[in-house]
Amino acid sequence: MMTTPVSPTGTVQSQTVDLAARFPGIVSADARPSYKGWIVPKENLIEFATVIRDELGYDLLSTLTGVDYFPENKMEVVYHAYKTTGGPGLEFKVQVAREDPVEVPSLIGIWPGVDFQEREAWDLLGIRFTGHPDLRRILMWEGYEGHPLRKDWKEPFYEEDFKPFKSRWPDGQFHMSEEKNAYKDNLTYPENFDPEKWIPEGDALLYGSLARYSLKNEEGLNTDHIVINMGPQHPSTHGVFRAALTLDGETIVGLKPVIGYLHRNHEKIGERNTYLQNMPFTDRLDYFNSMANNFGYALAVEKLMNIQVAERAEYIRVIMAELTRVQNHLVFIGNLLNDLGAMYTPALYAFEERELILDIFEAVSGARMMCNYFRFGGVVRDIPDDVMQKIKDLVLERLPAKTDEMDRFLTENEVLVSRLQGVHVIDGETAVKYSVTGPVLRAAGVPYDIRRADPYSIYDRFEFDVAMRTHGDLYDNYLIRLDEIWQSLRILQQAIKQIPQGPINSQKPQYQVRVPAGEAYGRIESPKGELGFYVISNGKPNPWRYHVRAPSFVNITPLEQICLGTKIADFVALFGVLDVVMGELDR
Amino acid sequence: MYGKGILKGLSVTWKRFWDTYIEDISWLLRGKKRYNTAEGIAHRSSSKTRGIFTIQYPEERLLLPEEARYIPFLVYDELPDGTKEQRCTSCGICAKVCPPQCIWIVRSNDPNTGRPIPEPTEFYIDADICMNCGLCAEYCPFDAIIMDHDFEIASYSRNVYNMEKLLKPASYYKSIRPENYARNEAERKAKEAAKAAKAAGAAASQATPAS
Repeated sequence: MMTTPVSPTGTVQSQTVDLAARFPGIVSADARPSYKGWIVPKENLIEFATVIRDELGYDLLSTLTGVDYFPENKMEVVYHAYKTTGGPGLEFKVQVAREDPVEVPSLIGIWPGVDFQEREAWDLLGIRFTGHPDLRRILMWEGYEGHPLRKDWKEPFYEEDFKPFKSRWPDGQFHMSEEKNAYKDNLTYPENFDPEKWIPEGDALLYGSLARYSLKNEEGLNTDHIVINMGPQHPSTHGVFRAALTLDGETIVGLKPVIGYLHRNHEKIGERNTYLQNMPFTDRLDYFNSMANNFGYALAVEKLMNIQVAERAEYIRVIMAELTRVQNHLVFIGNLLNDLGAMYTPALYAFEERELILDIFEAVSGARMMCNYFRFGGVVRDIPDDVMQKIKDLVLERLPAKTDEMDRFLTENEVLVSRLQGVHVIDGETAVKYSVTGPVLRAAGVPYDIRRADPYSIYDRFEFDVAMRTHGDLYDNYLIRLDEIWQSLRILQQAIKQIPQGPINSQKPQYQVRVPAGEAYGRIESPKGELGFYVISNGKPNPWRYHVRAPSFVNITPLEQICLGTKIADFVALFGVLDVVMGELDR
Repeated sequence: MYGKGILKGLSVTWKRFWDTYIEDISWLLRGKKRYNTAEGIAHRSSSKTRGIFTIQYPEERLLLPEEARYIPFLVYDELPDGTKEQRCTSCGICAKVCPPQCIWIVRSNDPNTGRPIPEPTEFYIDADICMNCGLCAEYCPFDAIIMDHDFEIASYSRNVYNMEKLLKPASYYKSIRPENYARNEAERKAKEAAKAAKAAGAAASQATPAS
């Protein structure tokens, strides 16, 4: 295994670049209290982005999202760029008037990874990115009226802007929401629209975006490309995911992912919720790793509240986050084998260990998958002694033995090796360009791990290596998961040795936390990649803007580049190694 | 040698296969039952387990940890004279903290005094909407709403629980969550003792100047 040298906080370059001096009279620092970053006029955005990528080295554009400042009648697009060599990020914003059409130049030429994120911002906020080649809706369907994340948009069965709803107490007469007829209440249609006569037009647009690949006449022979819809109900996609593929024989020559089947507008729900109420909703993003989701969200809100986390709770958090990484990677390996046709033996072996880890989650948090375990300033409850013993048994004895067994079971298997080795997924340069993070990026030779590159919580106290492989093929993507399990076990062993006694929350338990106005971006290295939460508070009990930078969503941006030229039989495995979870992809 | 890796892998499967029988026989020789006993289930779900792992639900059931949570219920205390005393004071914190807003409480006023009655008139939980997050139980100041362990609630209709369905005795709470119950009782006793001490102190300080 190749590893990067351990550097004691040496990777963090904390120099601040005065971009206002670099762009005099154009770029200005964001002067709002508790806001960071730079404000760039939209005319200079592309020039600015080129400079920070090429001169300053911010090669990874991690997040792009929009904010609707409805009362001030303006919209803002927020970008977070990072260096793959580590260090803090650079945040910049573009502000435009909130009058349709809201237009911002697309950065797709500089960071192709913004593709889906720009489509998402267009879909949910109605920000047009000029120069984007395929600006269709992505989570909602074509023909949908309105942009749901705008503050003046109301959903069907809309009750109030913010929870808690007044009807529930003190005179809550129960009624079921369907008693409010959807066709009479706050459901709006475009003008001259008749739902009875509606014909879906989204597919025409979708196939239109694939048309550039179709119908070539070679040497006078009529060759036809076939469009195949793989999914949405395909067993290999681990959920409802559809890929519209254009095939030349068996070779993939075009691919468009169609997502949004599990979309419930998590972000709008989050903006209706109070800060605490949103914690259990984050569980439902990546439902394999609810502990990691809780972690990211808690970090973002704690940054806003500017509070310290209790020392013991920090260790508990790390233990839970690493346990969830171990079980995620085990299940990944099992499911990858499932995708390859080795039905169920490896998957069930992986699920055994997962069961034992979930038992621990259940004992500490009360639920196996939807843990809801983190609170601002700490965690819900302490780890009981018998559970701590269980964790020690697992981490010190069982999991190393079983990871080793998994290794013996699969790694050298000739059938598996010949199926995986040399099937190229992505190379490092393309992966960075497309904002891919997590194990897929590290398997392509870029040792970028947020736990080391921009340490959060107490990860700077542990000794571990950033796992890295160099080929970027399926086999390396499989091996890196094993490597990461070993590194997680290393962290766990140190954490359970060092964990101190003490309180588990630095704050008094309160059901409505006070969050000062400002913005914060909290990100963690979730098992699938960079999981970020961008939260804006205006001092009220509910967040003004709540955005999830989901690794599953961003990691499928280069899916077409990954699959072009490969055989359709490999698509399942290539999609499988990206390790996406629909709850997080569709949000 | 080509195929060595496959053989190596198969040896893992082979070992797992035999482990089940070795475990079974060793339990048999020790005169214990590995299946359908609490001891056997506990062992099969511990980190020491080898071989077959499955719990044959519904004949066998996993042992739930104390903190396991499902749809909440309301606790009432049984007084010595047989009356039921609800712990809930209809303060509304659970309804306010509930993330999917599935708790509906009707609070009413005493017709004579016009002051609120410290007991809910009606209490609904829409169990279809409840996401079992446990925030209501966590923030209830009176330990009046507790997460249940009963997860077999499938039904043919919508599950909107009213007071009748929700109220369960404190003895049930004690049976599913002994440690939490003991901790709550200790806290309540301490609080009452502090209150009594305070009252006694106040009485004493009132009594002193008079004497």
